Amino acid sequence: MDPLIKQILFALLTIFIVLNYGLIVQGIVRKIGARVGRRYGIPFYQPYIDIIKNYSKRTRISHGIMYYIAPVFRLTGGIGLLLFIPVIFGNNMFQNFSFSGDLLLILYFQFFGVLGMALGAAESGHPNSAIGVSRGLSQVTAYELPLTLGVLSLAVQYNTLNVSEIVAAQQGGILNWSFFTNPLASIALLLAFLAAMGRSPFDVVLAPQEIPIGPPTEFHSGFLGVLQLNRAIFPIAKLILFMNLLFGGATNWGELIIKTFFIYMWSVFVGVAFPRFRVDQSVRWYLGVPLIIGVAAVVVSKFF
Amino acid sequence: MSKEHTEKRIVYSPEGDPIEVNPLQDYFCEDLPEVHKASSIAILENFRNWARSRSLWVLGFGTGCGAIEMRPLMTPKFDAYRYGIQWRPTPRQADVFVVSGYLSVKTLKRVIRTYEQMQGPKYVMALGSCTINGGMYWDSYNTINRLDYYLPVDVYVAGCMPRPEALLAGFDQLKKIIREGRGEGYNKYAEEFAWYKANQKKIIKDWDMPDYNW
Amino acid sequence: MKEIIDRLQELYPIGDFKQQNKSLALITVDKDKAVDFITRLKNEEGFLHLSIITAVDWLEKNKFQLSYLINNPTTKNSFVVRVMIDRENAEMFSIHHLWEQAATYQRELKEMFGIDFPGSPGVDKPFILEGWHEIPPYRRDFDTKNYSEETYFPREGRTKNVPAEYMKQKLYPDE
Repeated sequence: MDPLIKQILFALLTIFIVLNYGLIVQGIVRKIGARVGRRYGIPFYQPYIDIIKNYSKRTRISHGIMYYIAPVFRLTGGIGLLLFIPVIFGNNMFQNFSFSGDLLLILYFQFFGVLGMALGAAESGHPNSAIGVSRGLSQVTAYELPLTLGVLSLAVQYNTLNVSEIVAAQQGGILNWSFFTNPLASIALLLAFLAAMGRSPFDVVLAPQEIPIGPPTEFHSGFLGVLQLNRAIFPIAKLILFMNLLFGGATNWGELIIKTFFIYMWSVFVGVAFPRFRVDQSVRWYLGVPLIIGVAAVVVSKFF
Repeated sequence: MSKEHTEKRIVYSPEGDPIEVNPLQDYFCEDLPEVHKASSIAILENFRNWARSRSLWVLGFGTGCGAIEMRPLMTPKFDAYRYGIQWRPTPRQADVFVVSGYLSVKTLKRVIRTYEQMQGPKYVMALGSCTINGGMYWDSYNTINRLDYYLPVDVYVAGCMPRPEALLAGFDQLKKIIREGRGEGYNKYAEEFAWYKANQKKIIKDWDMPDYNW
Repeated sequence: MKEIIDRLQELYPIGDFKQQNKSLALITVDKDKAVDFITRLKNEEGFLHLSIITAVDWLEKNKFQLSYLINNPTTKNSFVVRVMIDRENAEMFSIHHLWEQAATYQRELKEMFGIDFPGSPGVDKPFILEGWHEIPPYRRDFDTKNYSEETYFPREGRTKNVPAEYMKQKLYPDE
């Protein structure tokens, strides 16, 4: 088979697996949340039904071109991020489209969808959307600092900008993980990870009780379906990235699922334990302790 | 059509150029609703109806005293989430409009606006005797008597007020209706649009919105 | 409470006095002196709190009765100051300069009874009704049942039962 076609097929397979994994994890996490609240909870396949339902709505209305494109941008952000990350270490095909400088591209791609969504939500004209977008962008600016500093620290430590090489350097035992070899960068990254997942206490963007659901307020039917697909893929892509950076990557899908599930649980546990920050509190918090840890991580890995 | 916000006016751009604005044409869409036929492939439509019935997103808009009966459905005791019923804060994403109790004329106007912003197929569930025949407010000067003159109602839940269990039974009935493919209330609304609008305009005296709020 | 009235009796023409209970008394004051009297109660006697302004429609006497419920938070006493005004072109002096919230009550009275309070802020703006074209709905000559039947499409076959009798018939049909 032509290697390019094979590569494309494997990319589609990656998307398919990650999509299903994301939807099921979403359902399971909501089920766990319900059980914690002593409810029976939704069936774990409820996210699938919701997406089918949204796609089978018969009417949809538009607010303009950007409104149409925004969900596509968002989904592109999610899928793009996923495809530039080497998913399975040591498997040539599931490296997908990662290349030697992919770390920088990944950092950029995380915010691609947010920006597209900002344009689309602004065009929908709903005040809650505008508030949600402005909150989201200010929080992104805040948590980007510890995130970037942590990533830079790792780049300095391993002397590379290639995620695959970072993963390769961590092989050979748990104590080789960056989580243990570079704890400062790990702390900064894991704190930034909380806001990147958008769960409480950093869910200022969707803020269900304040600005009903923020940016996607006006999105419905198929538009919402696309956003829901992204909501399944994007967090998993981020999880895989953090797994690669800090926890030694995965050599097969089973390992990937176990590791990402536990990293996801980190944000879920913090989420159920802490109530939501106001947006100014969240921004200030990220400019405090996590930023200092991030700076320290860079300094330590450069000079020690 | 007397309110300020629907009148023609001139606004000024940041450069100081005057821009003439006719809100009803510029800010609203004047199209009327259309009938949307179900797909002719039976198996596809059945599958879709199954999905619709398993994922009912309720609009969180409490109109009367019945709003308080919806809240227990989220609690561990009743837990409507296990039936695929969820609450959405925005009409765009909602499928079911639960009209919970009496409707004053003022509320009815908002209810109509909200209902028309929902995307089809959409369903209306009416709670309490107030929406059926006026209930204890049957001779009041500002509450309506029969909801089905203004909106197409799919399911009535009788009682004053119905308990949360009755609501669950109502949702069950609604699911049955949807699965049988009879949940076409919004098509009925589009077909008999003139009649519904005449009834609505008869009681809403200061009509200051377009005929259909997209 | 009686002693306050006795003291003020010389200054103001106070009509009926009725001690309703230990801490509530009803008094009737002329329309022209009412605002003066309430001002005096507020400034000198410590009745600092306006609880409510409401109206009663005396259709047979062709009068409106306005009731100002004012309260003394230290002694926990309340007065209901009642003012009778004509039903035709009903008009009363505004007291929004004493209590700001009075403007809201007066706006409601204007809408529901058609009693005008010249000078009260926003008194002509609609309060809760939208686009009301009939006579004010709380007036007793407004037939609310008739209006409802003409306007709101009553459902045929609606019946009424007295619950006690109905249940008796259901449960013990022989008695």
